Amino acid sequence: MLRAIGVSFTYGRGRKARDPDVLNDVFLNVERGELVGILGPNGSGKTTLLKLLGGMYRPTNGSVTLDDRPVAEWSHREIARRIAFVPQETHAPFDFTVLDIVLMGRFPHLGAFALEGPEDLAIARRALTATGTAPFEGRAFSTLSGGEKQRVVIASALAQSTQLLLLDEPTASLDIGHQIEVQMLLRQLNADQGVTMLLSTHDLNLAAALCRRLVLLKDGHVLAAGPTEEVLTPAAVQSLYSVEADIARHPATGHLTVVPIRRG
Amino acid sequence: MRPIRARLAITVAGFGALLLVALVVAPVVGSTAISLPRVFDRSIPFADNLDAQIFFIARLPRVVAATLVGASLAAAGVVFQALLRNPLATPDTLGVSSGAALGAMLAITFHLDFKIAGLPAIPLASFAGSLFALAVVYALATGRRRGLSTTVLLLAGVTMTGFLSALTMFTQYLANFTDTFRTVRWLMGMLDVGSYQPIVTVLPMLVVSFAMFATLPRALDLISLGADAAAARGVNVPRAERMALVSASLATGAAVSISGPIAFVGLVVPHLVRLFVGSDHRLVLPASALFGAVFLIGCDLVARAAFAPIELPVGIITAVIGGPFFLWLLVRSSR
Repeated sequence: MLRAIGVSFTYGRGRKARDPDVLNDVFLNVERGELVGILGPNGSGKTTLLKLLGGMYRPTNGSVTLDDRPVAEWSHREIARRIAFVPQETHAPFDFTVLDIVLMGRFPHLGAFALEGPEDLAIARRALTATGTAPFEGRAFSTLSGGEKQRVVIASALAQSTQLLLLDEPTASLDIGHQIEVQMLLRQLNADQGVTMLLSTHDLNLAAALCRRLVLLKDGHVLAAGPTEEVLTPAAVQSLYSVEADIARHPATGHLTVVPIRRG
Repeated sequence: MRPIRARLAITVAGFGALLLVALVVAPVVGSTAISLPRVFDRSIPFADNLDAQIFFIARLPRVVAATLVGASLAAAGVVFQALLRNPLATPDTLGVSSGAALGAMLAITFHLDFKIAGLPAIPLASFAGSLFALAVVYALATGRRRGLSTTVLLLAGVTMTGFLSALTMFTQYLANFTDTFRTVRWLMGMLDVGSYQPIVTVLPMLVVSFAMFATLPRALDLISLGADAAAARGVNVPRAERMALVSASLATGAAVSISGPIAFVGLVVPHLVRLFVGSDHRLVLPASALFGAVFLIGCDLVARAAFAPIELPVGIITAVIGGPFFLWLLVRSSR
């Protein structure tokens, strides 16, 4: 469905030596209905890769295709009708209500001067219900907790009615209570509503619990890609993070669990 | 919550009605009492109707100037705040008004007399000045990808204002006595335009800027949440930001060329309006334009009536209201 074909990317224009490639010749493939995770240390290019895949940046080399058509052919609105993106954190400088934020997801479906109609409102309300945020639709977004904000932004992305959802470290700034909340939500959206998802994360255990397939990214290169069971090994953790780790199947959850032991 | 269509209708009707009342009442107030029924009495020829002459010739131009300047500065304030993702960004706090003032000062002092596309030198120079100041602040803001903190933004604005004011004073120092008298009064922010002429002159600039504003509100909603968030929802961010930059500079430049810099309208009005209509820019922008007009008409009324028959520059009134208001916002936002 979504494919990166030999994608490279450089911030700036790449003319100077201090504009190194953030991504170098990356191949990636996400099939319909999948939930794929991108793992990698800080600065490995995870966020940049997501933004390239979401059409927000254009690759310096290579191309991104959705259903075999290059994303670069589409306008901003056309891309946003197909791919939604949830940034790591969202800060609202004005007192938008939760419903305001979710309705903004309808932007790519409306003409330049069109206002949301009853149908858009119904779509927004369904997204609120799906993310469990319906009870506070009238509250100011800025007064919500980190986990609630993240769920509202996911609702806003759902209101975009896209086939594909990209999430940039969806649980990075959350405590474990909110982490598990968002994790359950993503699993349920993928299983029940068939939303195809690609997420980047630092959290190896989240990735192991949620994703059937992983892409390991280091210094802008794909180190390994494949089923979670095959890719997530002590050797992979060693080369990604220089950490010696024990990886075992957790008796209660049945997922792989990563326990870091020492730097090495 | 009512659907957006209904809220927009209520907002425009409500603030529009308020403006209509202000437009009719304001010209009636003044040192000579006039009667409204007589003003609109069509049976008396205009040449013999003293009340109508005072209303339409002596007082209405000033009220119309207040309407356009107030609407422009308030709308520009809304656009600046969304563009820079900061509720304290305004034409005044960013130094954009000072840029416009410097441009106009140069044109006045050096008697620049050229026209481009029918527009005279003063409003054009004023637009160029505001665009310059805004471009500098904006480059600073986008240079750091996460937007500017309030502290950095305000310091940049203070620096910009100081720098541009120094150039303005230098320009004044070079001017002769008559020009200096004219420009000092103008720099205080005056609405005594004297006739419809200065208004008609800049009308094309205002029409263009407001037409551009009309395309912006939804993009501004999304841009205020961050450039990446906006791009992900389908906003053409670079284009929307350019539109915002140019339209807000046009509006500020046109307003300043009519009246001189009138401080704090772009700050006070959007904040008051948000208390009533929420934060959706499709409501905030038109409501601020309408209420900005009402606000400045009101301030000018106070300026004319407070120490009558002396007429104060309206900029003094808006600053007396706006200064404390700004401090209150600053305290509230730093909590």
